[in-house]
Amino acid sequence: MATLHTVNKSPFMTQTLLSCLNHAKDGDAILMIEDGVYGGMAGTGLSDAVAARTGAVKICVLSEDLEARGLAAERLMEGVSAVGYDGFVDLVAENDRTQNWL
Amino acid sequence: MSDTKKFLYVNRKAPYGTIYALEALEVVLIGAAFEQDVELAFLDDGVFQLTKGQKTDGIGMKNFSPTFRALGDYEVTKLYVEKESLDERGLTADDLQEIMWEDEDDDWEEKPSIRIVSRAEMADVMANQDVVLSF
Repeated sequence: MATLHTVNKSPFMTQTLLSCLNHAKDGDAILMIEDGVYGGMAGTGLSDAVAARTGAVKICVLSEDLEARGLAAERLMEGVSAVGYDGFVDLVAENDRTQNWL
Repeated sequence: MSDTKKFLYVNRKAPYGTIYALEALEVVLIGAAFEQDVELAFLDDGVFQLTKGQKTDGIGMKNFSPTFRALGDYEVTKLYVEKESLDERGLTADDLQEIMWEDEDDDWEEKPSIRIVSRAEMADVMANQDVVLSF
């Protein structure tokens, strides 16, 4: 019974991503969308907090939202992968429920 | 000239996730049309507004980042960007688009509009205004 968590807020302006990371169970997935995609970048003040969960939780970023913001997939930290809208649908289908962290 | 005031537009939000960034740019252009002394500040997530290579086809929104390059034509030539905000987000000045203005008092020489400033310098910029508008 796994959950897909979506995060759509910038991790630098709210505690949303940190709260999600602190509540996601091993085996869950987190998809960063909209302004949430900044949470997947390498070399930020929050990279360590995300990296600490990349093994136990599948962490993805929506590539269309990355591209819109001028961020190349190479800027993502290790263990975080970019997925398209089709990957978003797959994640919804693979998990038992979706929880949105707004 | 006594009617001219110093206006600072403070940008603290990332583009696209909310409408703040686009609305700020619209208001800047209006203020500039009224021949006020306009400067822009980018701090916190506002620095993300200036990243180069934005491509919004995939999210079905207007890419407004090229509009920043038109600000020089409206005599908006000072875009202050806070260094600490860049650092915290893993960005450097090289990640930002090039924005130039032509100095008519210096044989139309092209000069960069973006000025990277420290947090303390940004505080001084803010304290030096008649009107501060926040987005």
